Amino acid sequence: MTILVIAEHDNASIRPATLNTVAAAQCCGGDIHVLVAGYNAGPAAAAAAHIAGVSRVLHMDADTLAHALAENLSVQIEAIAAGYSHLLFAATATGKNTAPRVAALLDVAQISDVTTVISADTFERPIYAGNAIATVQSSDATKVITVRTTAFDAAALSTQATATIETVAVLAVPDSTRYLGSALAKNDRPELTAAKIIVSGGRALGSQENFNAVMTPLADKLGAAIGASRAAVDAGYASNDLQVGQTGKIVAPQLYIAAGISGAIQHLAGMKDSKVIVAINKDPEAPIFSVADYGLEADLFSAVPALVAAL
Amino acid sequence: MKILVAVKRVVDYNVKVRVKSDRTGVDTANIKMSMNPFDEIAIEEAVRLKEKGVATEIIAVSCGVTQCQETLRTALAIGADRAILIESGAELQPLAVAKLLKAVVDREQPGLVIVGKQAIDDDCNQTGQMLAALAKLPQVTFASKVEVAHGQATVSREIDGGIETLQVTLPAVITADLRLNEPRYVTLPNIMKAKKKPLEILTPEALGVDVTPRLTTLQVNEPPQRTAGIKVPDVAALLDKLKNEAKVI
Repeated sequence: MTILVIAEHDNASIRPATLNTVAAAQCCGGDIHVLVAGYNAGPAAAAAAHIAGVSRVLHMDADTLAHALAENLSVQIEAIAAGYSHLLFAATATGKNTAPRVAALLDVAQISDVTTVISADTFERPIYAGNAIATVQSSDATKVITVRTTAFDAAALSTQATATIETVAVLAVPDSTRYLGSALAKNDRPELTAAKIIVSGGRALGSQENFNAVMTPLADKLGAAIGASRAAVDAGYASNDLQVGQTGKIVAPQLYIAAGISGAIQHLAGMKDSKVIVAINKDPEAPIFSVADYGLEADLFSAVPALVAAL
Repeated sequence: MKILVAVKRVVDYNVKVRVKSDRTGVDTANIKMSMNPFDEIAIEEAVRLKEKGVATEIIAVSCGVTQCQETLRTALAIGADRAILIESGAELQPLAVAKLLKAVVDREQPGLVIVGKQAIDDDCNQTGQMLAALAKLPQVTFASKVEVAHGQATVSREIDGGIETLQVTLPAVITADLRLNEPRYVTLPNIMKAKKKPLEILTPEALGVDVTPRLTTLQVNEPPQRTAGIKVPDVAALLDKLKNEAKVI
């Protein structure tokens, strides 16, 4: 049994989500290969060879693979899928975009957002925004899976390369999709899904200016990533890539500080696996208090600056 | 140009679901059902494209039980022109739904297919991508802005680091994210009008699609419950707990 993990990378390096996905592959049991498909992605392929438990890195390189377009990537994966029992993707924007396309090309089901590997064909996954956990068994020959990265501890990186790197030919695929550009948030903060501490703001902040003025100093002081509730993102206080929740990012940091977030079930779905949750809210009835380890019933506009000052 | 929109009947997003005591699933008896919120956004986008003169006809499709007709009537009230129900009492998993929609795409030849990015019941996030693969169409998932001109769609999509913009040649499949638009309220006159719009009923058998599930749900359990902790009186007490009790800072 051999498992193929599709790496998340930026051509220069491997993204942390790949390490969590390899960890899930280890739970399935078997030989683990990693596919690095990109453009000038040699450094990423070399980095993948350092992941503990990986025996082979498949490296595909072409300018047509520069932006991980699902139409192209799925065809490349389909071409090498024979011989693999499992195809594992991280449940990130890229993984969620591509994996179902691969599954359909192979005529198999996909198992989304796996949180526990029970056996090689049986998995747990959350449904209804995490309000229920389903145990599902796959009867397909190839299991196409997206992995909830927060549910698996990252695989280790060894100092020496332990896997062989093999170059794999890239198929020519007609391009019906063109990449026009992207606007990526630039900051030096930890990545939201991999951060140890997250400070998250809600609608109570009232404006984008307030959001930045109140949340940024706290994040700076704690070396934390910044998150936001859907209400805050919809209102334009924070950018969409900061949204934590059922349909945003799923996070599980050591410490999650929710300021001015009431705690709708869709938000709780994205953060309730955090180790320690702090809620700062002036509404004593806010549902967020029902999951918080430490609740502070206070106006965030005075409590958060006071916290910053005391840190 | 025709636009095809797929809509799913799901447990209303305000309902807190409960796991059945026999652990076979969640209790959906006597619970409010609604259109999947992402599909509502999909249908709204189609209606806006028709209002702009880009689209000429909107076809809403649903796959599932007889009661999905209500969901389709809602789609018709928002502004779809006609509806198709592919009626089945069987459990329809995303691959099966994608195959059913592929059969409808073959028949109707739409210029654009818009679906919600995920259903809020199974949280799968698969059907649009699977349909695109089966129909050999380009896809843009998690769309937050759509512009259609000269046989091309230029679409901004929400990705992990921000926003990415892609251009696809039509026909194509687009999956709608939360911020694509804010669906309109359905008015009473439009609900009345929707009752008179055509609604065709097909079956998987008639379309020649095998909908046998590939995944078996062995059991459904409650998630581990998180219990409320303590309230602290002030910032100093909070900091003390974080440093000395939780030891996280």
